Amino acid sequence: MNKTAHTPLFHVSRRAPLPWYGAWAIRGGALLLALIVCAFVTTLVTGLNPLSVYGTIFQGSFGSARRAWVLFQNLAILLCVSLAVTPAFRMRFWNIGGEGQMLLGGLAAAACMILLGDRLPNWLLIVVTVVSSIAAGAIWGAIPAVFKAKWNTNETLFTLMMNYIAIQLVAYFIIVWEVPKGAGKIGIINQSTEAGWLPMLGSYKYLLNILVVAVICALMYVYLNYTKHGYEIAVVGESERTARYIGIKVERVIVRTMLLSGAVCGVAGMLLVAGTDHTLTTTITGGRGFTAVMVSWLAKFDPLWMIFTSFLIVFMERGASQISTDFGLSSSFADILTGVILFFIIGSEFFITYRLNLRHTGKEAD
Amino acid sequence: MKKLLALLLALCMVFALCACGGGSNTAAPETESAEPAAAPETEAAEAEEPAAEAEEPAEAGEPAAEAEEPAAEAETPAEPVDVKVGFICLHDEQSTYDLNFMNAATEACEAMGVPYVIKTNIPEGQECYEAAMDLIDDGCNIIFADSFGHEDYMIQAAKECPEVQFCHATGTKAHTEGLDNYHNAFAAIFDGRYLAGIAAGMKLSEMIANGEITADQAKIGYVGAFTYAEVISGYTSFFLGARSVCPSATMEVTFTGSWYDLALEQEGAQKLIDDGCVLISQHADSLGAPSVCESNGVPNVSYNGSTIEAGPNTYIVSSRINWAPYYEYMITCVQNGQPIDADWTGDLATGSVELLEVNEAVAAEGTTEAIAEAVAAIEAGELHVFDTAAFTVNGETLDSYMADVDTDPAYTPDTEAIADGWFHESEYRSAPYFDLMIDGIELLDTAF
Repeated sequence: MNKTAHTPLFHVSRRAPLPWYGAWAIRGGALLLALIVCAFVTTLVTGLNPLSVYGTIFQGSFGSARRAWVLFQNLAILLCVSLAVTPAFRMRFWNIGGEGQMLLGGLAAAACMILLGDRLPNWLLIVVTVVSSIAAGAIWGAIPAVFKAKWNTNETLFTLMMNYIAIQLVAYFIIVWEVPKGAGKIGIINQSTEAGWLPMLGSYKYLLNILVVAVICALMYVYLNYTKHGYEIAVVGESERTARYIGIKVERVIVRTMLLSGAVCGVAGMLLVAGTDHTLTTTITGGRGFTAVMVSWLAKFDPLWMIFTSFLIVFMERGASQISTDFGLSSSFADILTGVILFFIIGSEFFITYRLNLRHTGKEAD
Repeated sequence: MKKLLALLLALCMVFALCACGGGSNTAAPETESAEPAAAPETEAAEAEEPAAEAEEPAEAGEPAAEAEEPAAEAETPAEPVDVKVGFICLHDEQSTYDLNFMNAATEACEAMGVPYVIKTNIPEGQECYEAAMDLIDDGCNIIFADSFGHEDYMIQAAKECPEVQFCHATGTKAHTEGLDNYHNAFAAIFDGRYLAGIAAGMKLSEMIANGEITADQAKIGYVGAFTYAEVISGYTSFFLGARSVCPSATMEVTFTGSWYDLALEQEGAQKLIDDGCVLISQHADSLGAPSVCESNGVPNVSYNGSTIEAGPNTYIVSSRINWAPYYEYMITCVQNGQPIDADWTGDLATGSVELLEVNEAVAAEGTTEAIAEAVAAIEAGELHVFDTAAFTVNGETLDSYMADVDTDPAYTPDTEAIADGWFHESEYRSAPYFDLMIDGIELLDTAF
């Protein structure tokens, strides 16, 4: 190495793999930094004591029993979509169409509730709703997969564009089913009869969703790590050629995995429409289809870690929105804070894989 | 390793701090929410006493606003119920519609010394229910939502929280829902639209008199959001106002399918101008139409508030609903433990319907006087905006029309709205139900 040349202040080198606690310490540190920067920004804007800012973040997530439930409900839905996209990601199939697959699932659920609401007994209606949502999501997910398998189209663009088609489809049907005519929104479906609404467990509105997602999470963990399908997905993800060589039918795995991915997204959409919201809007997914990509990545595609990463994101989002409400700031302020937090969390992944060598340490090392 | 440990410990501390901070805060809303539940009962008990006493009626002659004072002086030291109002807005201050609500909220709450919280950008979905419940967790005992599509979610929240009062602007269901704590409010804004229409008609007449356009070219353009009664009632009353001054006026209406979409509203206004409209008005909430009017030099009659900054050379006048009187009403009711009307309709007399100052630089001469004259006629009950003699439907004058006042999924017409020679708008419920397609107005697209 040319010692006379100007040595940069620092250079970046790849780390040896960190033990799990090391990686999580870096993530924890990033979160801490994010909190400090958020408090700093908020204090600058509002002149408030940073500690009360933290208090508010916590207040927004756990301030009351209801808020805690909402937190876990949001966590459950986000986790559900994250789980849905994960098998595809493990296969190196970049499914960023979670949004659209969810919307289609929701659309199917709304269609059943609106069109069959007074024609079927409630238990049958719920069965039909669940089945058709899963089918709708699965089909929406399988379309790009078939194209990928047959003609090797780019799945990233394809799934992305399918999102917009889904949004327009939903917008169309909202106009078809709008109440009252001309209002441009559906309102709460079957508000008086509650037909097709998923049953409430005890007096806990969100409990069913949370349990369903917990079960999906456990199943997904087993499916990905302990089944033949899961193994095939991993092999296809590592190398398609190897997969072909050892006799895996790659096309079949791609389509099958995307059917699963879409189906679970459909479940998420159904949980929203039939479970809690009982309506359909083009914004019902709240961008979770995209956030899920991040949740899944941050957790390194591990379903159990995803519980934690989705908790982190939902917790911070709820806290940030509470800050903007309490201090009378525009709701965009919540987006700024969420942005700061995500910046740090994603940035921390860089420091898990790489290390910065400052100038003097660099010399010593050499 | 030590560094890592230190980091972890620091993290633990932060969370511990959060936990402490959160814990103490949670207690507050709970106790607060307990109060309003208990207080109305004691208030109600008291309310009967003053009525029985002989001294009270002597003071009853005083204006209603002062009625609180005697109640406060009563022997038991029960003060007016503490009120905290939560406002839910569809958009933020960028939208002229929401800005109008937010300004009134600030004005009314600060004048009455009542704490309030405003939540902006709450979509017309489950988010509205969440926002309402969240505001209740923060100790609010009056929740107000400003957009039509919030209604179902407000009702859902109202059912779950009987001790909290829910007030909703532009909604239609309160009078049939049968909930004690859910209320609708609106104003007879068709009066205001009609007055704004007079300003438009004056401008058209002036343009004809100046030879800028012929009488046949007096075509108004109107950018609407959706095709339901609130918008139809708005553009029809505006048109009738204009035609009362300029008989040859016609109108074209286009719809955007959104309450706030700058690009679509600009496109819509431009389309109307290209189509030969010589004056534009709108019922959509961005500055899209006013800004396009300004760049095209086409006069604009606005809504919700003055848009003179977006169009100093084209803005004529704006009508708006002033929500402060309603806010004061609902806050006073809750403070005194009185019920709020299921349907409240403001008008010129309550100060709810307002016509802002005329921009003399653009408006035709004599506009202010003509408006003042019409105001006097409306207040005297001589002038009715939806006078059946003033419009025809398919060439015929109507003497009967069943309106859909009680909302149901099949839109069953249920109430006779025409009597005494005019359409009784906003009488059987506060929200508009005039949805007739009158002659002289052409709808360009009705996709929404």
